[in-house]
Amino acid sequence: MSGADLGGIAALGAFHGLNPAMGWLFAVALALQERSRRVLAAAFVPLAVGHAAAIGLAVVLVEELQAVLSTGTLRVTGAAALAGFAACKLIRNRHPRWVGFRIRPPELALWSFLMASAHGAGLMLLPFLVGVHVPAGDGPIPGGLEFGAAAVVVHTLAMVAVAGAIAVMVFEVVGVGILRRAWVNLDLLWAASLLVGAGATLFG
Amino acid sequence: MARWTPDPTFYPSPRLAGDAPPEKFAYVALLEPDQKSRPDALGVVDLEPDSSSYGTIVSTLEMPSPGDELHHFGWNACSAALCPSSPRPHVERRYLVVPGLRSSRIHIVDTKPDPLAPKIARTIERDELVARTGYTRPHTTHCGPDAIYMSALGGANGPDEGGGVLLLDCESFDPLGAWEVDRGPQRFSYDFWWHLGHDTLLTSEWGSPSMFEDGVVPEKLLGREYGHAMHVWDLRHRNHLRALDLGDEHQMVLELRPAHDPRKAYGFVGVVVSVEDLSASIWLWHREGGDWKIAKAITIPAEPADPDLLPPLLKDFGAVPPLITDINLSLDDRFLYVSCWGTGDFYQFDVSDPFTPKQTGKVRLGGLANAGSHPKAGTLQGGPQMVEVSRDGRRIFVSNSLYSSWDRQFYPGGLDGWIAKLDADPDGGMKVDPEFLVTEFDGRAPHQIHLEGGDASSDSYCFP
Repeated sequence: MSGADLGGIAALGAFHGLNPAMGWLFAVALALQERSRRVLAAAFVPLAVGHAAAIGLAVVLVEELQAVLSTGTLRVTGAAALAGFAACKLIRNRHPRWVGFRIRPPELALWSFLMASAHGAGLMLLPFLVGVHVPAGDGPIPGGLEFGAAAVVVHTLAMVAVAGAIAVMVFEVVGVGILRRAWVNLDLLWAASLLVGAGATLFG
Repeated sequence: MARWTPDPTFYPSPRLAGDAPPEKFAYVALLEPDQKSRPDALGVVDLEPDSSSYGTIVSTLEMPSPGDELHHFGWNACSAALCPSSPRPHVERRYLVVPGLRSSRIHIVDTKPDPLAPKIARTIERDELVARTGYTRPHTTHCGPDAIYMSALGGANGPDEGGGVLLLDCESFDPLGAWEVDRGPQRFSYDFWWHLGHDTLLTSEWGSPSMFEDGVVPEKLLGREYGHAMHVWDLRHRNHLRALDLGDEHQMVLELRPAHDPRKAYGFVGVVVSVEDLSASIWLWHREGGDWKIAKAITIPAEPADPDLLPPLLKDFGAVPPLITDINLSLDDRFLYVSCWGTGDFYQFDVSDPFTPKQTGKVRLGGLANAGSHPKAGTLQGGPQMVEVSRDGRRIFVSNSLYSSWDRQFYPGGLDGWIAKLDADPDGGMKVDPEFLVTEFDGRAPHQIHLEGGDASSDSYCFP
């Protein structure tokens, strides 16, 4: 585990936080509906929990698979999964269908988990998770869990920091009118990131 | 095609949509009066004041076959695509979803590349609709946050069965199924809309197809058998929450106009006729505590008239019922427009305080007796019916056809189509634009109008 890896994981967190579909927009909508700054802040707890769960799922999955698959096999499988996700986004971009605005915090956490998972947010971390800390030879991976936990925490903190900053700016200062101009199609960037991740996983 | 930035016609809030530029054209549903000789059509009206064809139909798209009875229609995508729970802001407002109320076909009309020359992209046939949803007679359509929602007035088991709400996939337009998980006591259907900020869907009641397809059935009307309630639903869990009964004298509960501001939990619904005194009324529903209430907000009385001037249906009454057939609420939730298809009166009410509406304008355009005239054409046939309001609230468009069989029944002398325009004062008041009257429809009758880029009945918003 290196500082560079954690830096990359944090950068991906910031990238996820940027995406309105990962939660900051929902927080702003809820806060506007209730005219409440407190609602804005409160929404980020379940949003962070859901996002962390999605990332954590990917981390655990990789940890488990590393125990049974060779690193080479894992690289190919992970790259294929990432490329598949990217292809889905490029060919027919479907988002989870979710109806419901007035939802309780556990449901907002579930929403956040579903949005992150459906967008392949956790998978995007694969290049940082596969192989980077695999010791020579077989046997249990020292420090695997610690690295995984650090990855989830660093990623989620970065995500919340960026998403929170945008949410506060939009709620307090610029207003939702900014969406009309500034909401660029992150799906295309997202697909590109998944493809880069596929390459990095394969050759990393 | 996915866009790089959101469709410029999507606005996060109704307030922002109020700043939208004026529309340059409109689409209008055009009915073939006999529903047999020719197909219905979708007309394009030029609304660019500097254009040489301003105020005329510049193109007409015929449907593939006769008998559709085009009524209401809507867009594939609208401002609800910016809603935060399942955003898809980079889709285009491109396709018109055009249901045939009589044929149970649904036409998908592509307005690109040339919005003035739309083309049919797909037709969903009755059999497919029935197989997938169990419903027939598709009617109102709204672009929702996750799918295209559509009310249907009939079921699959004959004309005595009422309908409900169905879903279409917002990209493929495939019918996805009936929307409801639990319909509770709801049987009749007509309009629907929602309070997205309150996870609430609302439906209204006209009657079963056997009660309207061949005209109004007087015995059933006097027997108080038409719909007289509206229904409140849980939008998220798709179940029936509450029937709000207006009393069975209030027959035919039609257009639902919820406040556009997602914070507000109130709206207005029009009732065609009271069988006690032939009056028409508008009711205000609102949420109070955890419950939904409804109360009469506006009553418009019947008008005594010489029986010789009245159609056979009404001769014995010696009075003209106002017949509120459509209402519309400006995007700022400030002005409510009311069409009285019977008397010919068209009203503007200031509903800033929804509990105490104030009349701020009234004009007469046509009507069953003592018909109102238009500066451009003299006395008008039919009466004000479908009303559409521009996003800035300045321009109001009104057409005069209701439904082919009802047009014949109430206006047996024939009904030459027209679309009039009224100019609304931002501080209240309105007047007929003396220069604007569309009258050339090639023998068809104009029904619902939708304005380029959206209007006061086309979009829903998740931000206040």
